Amino acid sequence: MNWFIENISTAIGKKLLMAVTGLGFVGFIFVHLVGNLNFYFGKEVFLKYVETLHKLDPLIFVAELVLLGLAVIHVSTGTLLFFQNLRARKTRYAVNKSAGGRTIGSRTMPYTGFFILLFVILHLFQFHFIDRSQMTPYDAAVNTFGNIGFALVYIVAVILVALHIRHGFWSLFQSLGLNHEKYMPLIQTVGIIFAVAIAVGFAFVPIYIRAVI
Amino acid sequence: MSSKTINLTLKVWRQNRKNPAGDLETYQANDISTDMSFLEMIDVVNEQLTEQGIEPIAFDHDCREGICGMCGAVVNGRAHGHMPETTLCQLHMRHFKDGNTIVIEPWRATAFPVVKDLVVDRGALDKIIQAGGYISVNAGGAQDGNTIPVPKENAEKAFNAAACIGCGACVAACPNASAMLFTGAKISHLALLPQGKPGAKRRALSMVRAMDELGFGNCSNEAECEAECPKGISITEIARMNREFIKAAFS
Ligand code: FES
Repeated sequence: MNWFIENISTAIGKKLLMAVTGLGFVGFIFVHLVGNLNFYFGKEVFLKYVETLHKLDPLIFVAELVLLGLAVIHVSTGTLLFFQNLRARKTRYAVNKSAGGRTIGSRTMPYTGFFILLFVILHLFQFHFIDRSQMTPYDAAVNTFGNIGFALVYIVAVILVALHIRHGFWSLFQSLGLNHEKYMPLIQTVGIIFAVAIAVGFAFVPIYIRAVI
Repeated sequence: MSSKTINLTLKVWRQNRKNPAGDLETYQANDISTDMSFLEMIDVVNEQLTEQGIEPIAFDHDCREGICGMCGAVVNGRAHGHMPETTLCQLHMRHFKDGNTIVIEPWRATAFPVVKDLVVDRGALDKIIQAGGYISVNAGGAQDGNTIPVPKENAEKAFNAAACIGCGACVAACPNASAMLFTGAKISHLALLPQGKPGAKRRALSMVRAMDELGFGNCSNEAECEAECPKGISITEIARMNREFIKAAFS
């Protein structure tokens, strides 16, 4: 086990941790988006989807535990990287310009990550830890997004998630060593499309609720 | 082409024993021929400074033809200046305009302490090489050429990686002061060749560990290094190093 800890705590080990856990979240958010699309088909369809999900309960519970584990690793490694990287350049440049490598996504990675964490906690309290005997998840969404403040917070948050994915998606392939001149442009494009799909797909739920319901 | 002259304002990082914290000093560089290289421009300024009894600006240089990797400074926020695939010694003053202000700073990284003015100690890169950036062969008579066949494609890829001159611009340009492009290039050019295969695992592990111990930052795939590398080395070398590391660490 010692060799494993030693290798995983190197600079490359840490980027592998970020990549693998990040890949887990990419998978999760994709399934989450597909599930949420049920919302646009009305209350009945959505609640039926929720019910189907709950029939898988032991599985869902395991999935939640896995996600929690991924989150703990992703957040703690990310925090460690942030502070180690600050220490790696104690004197900053007086003038600092990009040569064109970084993107808005990569520049803001630690910050979007931090706000996403805060948002996820809020999100869990608004939709996950609710008393389901009192309120269906559908009503929870309608109530929450009836509040313009929460609707705006949600929209901003999904945009931050999209920015995080903009860098995270291609980056995880690079970290896992999967970078080839032939495929990287495709991976980059898919990452951008995926990020936009996430932003649009999620952000329209509160807009839809406020406009239609 | 007749040569033009331009006047510039320089803000140069000065740091020495008398001024250990360092600061930016302003100097005028007048009548600079646009045919000069950046280093020649500093030579001219240094002559003027010497005449005025001011200590000349210390900077590293050797070949002045873009192949040795000794020169380098951050010019207006860009490592080796703003021209692509150019070392500081090959950056010409024709790329600047009359009246420009140029800020010149040393490579900034905790692993590269400033020795004086623009001179930094890049010994950390040597230590990464010492950790495994070599192959072991038995001494004796030289082998005949081409006794070990190397596919052309691999030879070319290895050569691209071996183009690294170890100038440290990748570290200087990296927002995290990471040395992954350097280490990736060094691991790659050996891993791609048959001679490098026997020691590949040990090399990947020990060079990556050395990089961490020397205080370089962690790569977060910003890709600034590849955009700034005077030899155009690609971050696919980092991906290859990641593969080499995965093979070595988990198999
Ligand atoms: S002085 Fe040799 S590369 Fe610039």
